[in-house]
Amino acid sequence: MKESVHQTFTLVRKDLLLELRQQYSFYGVLLYIVSTVFVINLMMGRPDDKLWNALFWVVQLFVAVNAIAKSFMQESRGRLLYFYSLVHPRVFIAAKLIYNVVLMLLMSVIALLCSIVFLGNPLTNAPYFLGIVLLGGVSLSLLFTVLAAIAAQANHNAALMAVMGFPLIMPVLMLLANISLSAFVTVYQPGLPKMFLLLGGMDVLVIALTMVLFPFLWKD
Amino acid sequence: MPPNIAVKKMARHWWKALAILLLIYVIIAGFTINIPIIGTNGQSSRGLFFHVPMWICMYTMFTISVVNSLIFLSKYDLKRDVYASSAAGVGTFFGVLGFATGSLWATYTWGGTLTSDPKQMCTAIAILIYMAYLVLRLSIHDIDKRARISAVFNIFAFALLIPLTYIIPRMVDSLHPGSATTPGFASNDTEGTMKMVLYPAFIGWTLLSVWIYTLVVRYKKLELKNIFR
Repeated sequence: MKESVHQTFTLVRKDLLLELRQQYSFYGVLLYIVSTVFVINLMMGRPDDKLWNALFWVVQLFVAVNAIAKSFMQESRGRLLYFYSLVHPRVFIAAKLIYNVVLMLLMSVIALLCSIVFLGNPLTNAPYFLGIVLLGGVSLSLLFTVLAAIAAQANHNAALMAVMGFPLIMPVLMLLANISLSAFVTVYQPGLPKMFLLLGGMDVLVIALTMVLFPFLWKD
Repeated sequence: MPPNIAVKKMARHWWKALAILLLIYVIIAGFTINIPIIGTNGQSSRGLFFHVPMWICMYTMFTISVVNSLIFLSKYDLKRDVYASSAAGVGTFFGVLGFATGSLWATYTWGGTLTSDPKQMCTAIAILIYMAYLVLRLSIHDIDKRARISAVFNIFAFALLIPLTYIIPRMVDSLHPGSATTPGFASNDTEGTMKMVLYPAFIGWTLLSVWIYTLVVRYKKLELKNIFR
C-alpha cells in the first residue's frame, strides 16, 4: 500500500517535472485559452450574464479536452510498455488522474482570469464562482483522463476523444451551469445542496470506475 | 422432422406469438377504448401506450448490454461482446423511438417539438452517449481490442445513464407528467382503463425488443462465423 502511494507520487512528480522542463503543453494551452477568449471578445464584446456563463463553460470544456488529450499522447508506445512492466496499472492511472487534476485546476484559474479581463466581470459572488470553477475543473479532468486513456488505446485518436467525451460530459456541464447561476444574481435554488452532492457523487463514481476498469484497458 | 420435435420447437417460440397478440391488442385497444380526459391532454394521452414502453425496452436492452460487457471483461468471451453490442444497438433504436413519440406528444401539448425541458434534454444526451459507444466500436478495427475498449466504455455509459435519466430529472422542475411538480396520469385514471392497455403494452413491446435483439445477435454471429465456428 505504502509502496504504491510512493510510486504514484513518483509518477506525478515525473509528469510535473517533464511539464516544467518542456513547458510546451502549458504554453500551448495557455495560448489556446487566451485566443479563444479573445475571439469571443472580438465577436461580441462583453456578453451578459447568462451568455458569459455559457461561453465560460464551453471554453472550459475545450481547454479540458486539449490539456488532457496531451497527457496520454505524449507517451510513446514503448514508454507505456516500460511503465506497464514497472508499476501496477492502477498506480499509473492514479498518477495521471492526480497530475491532470492539478493541471486543470491551474488552467481553470487562468481561464477565469482571462474571461474576467477580456469579457468583463458580471460576477456578484466571485469566491463562490471560483469554488465552482475549481470543482468543475476537477470533474472535467477526471472524466477526460479516462476518455483519453480509452482514446489512447484506440490508436491515439484525439477526434474520437471529443466524440466520446461530449455526450458523457454534458450532465456534468448542465449541473455546473445550473449551480453557477447563483454567482451572477441572487436567485432562489431549492435543490442546490443536492446538486453539489450529485456532482461530488459523480466524481467519486468516475474515480471508482476508473480504478476498477483501467487494468482491463491496459491488457494488450 | 417428426411432429413431436416440431411441437417442441414451436413451444420454445410461444413468447413471440404472445408478443404479436399483445401488440395487436395494444394497437387496436390503444386507439379505440375510452380514456379519461386529463387536463389539456385530450386524446393525446394515448401516446402513453407507445411512449412509456419504449423506455422500458431501452432500459431492458441497456441492462442486457452492460451485464454482458461485465461478463466479457471477466471471461474474454467474444460472444459476450456480440450480445453487448447488439443490445446497445437495439436499445439505442428504442431510445430514438421513445424520444420521437415523446416529441410528437410535446408538439401538441407543450407547444414545441424540441423544448428546453430537462427531461427531454437528459434523454437526448443519454441516447447520444450510446451513439458515441456505437461510433467508438466503428473506429477500432481489431476485434479483441474493440471488444475490450467498448466494454469499458459501455460500463461508464451505463453508470452515467442512471444519474442522467433517474436522478437529475427528479431534482429539477419539468413539464413531463409524473415529475416533481406535474402530476402523473395514474391518479386521474380512476377506472383503470388506461392501465388495462398499458401493462400489456409493457410486456408486448419488451418481448418485441427481445425478439429483435435475438435476430440481431444471430445476424452478427453469422457475420463472425469464422471465429465462433
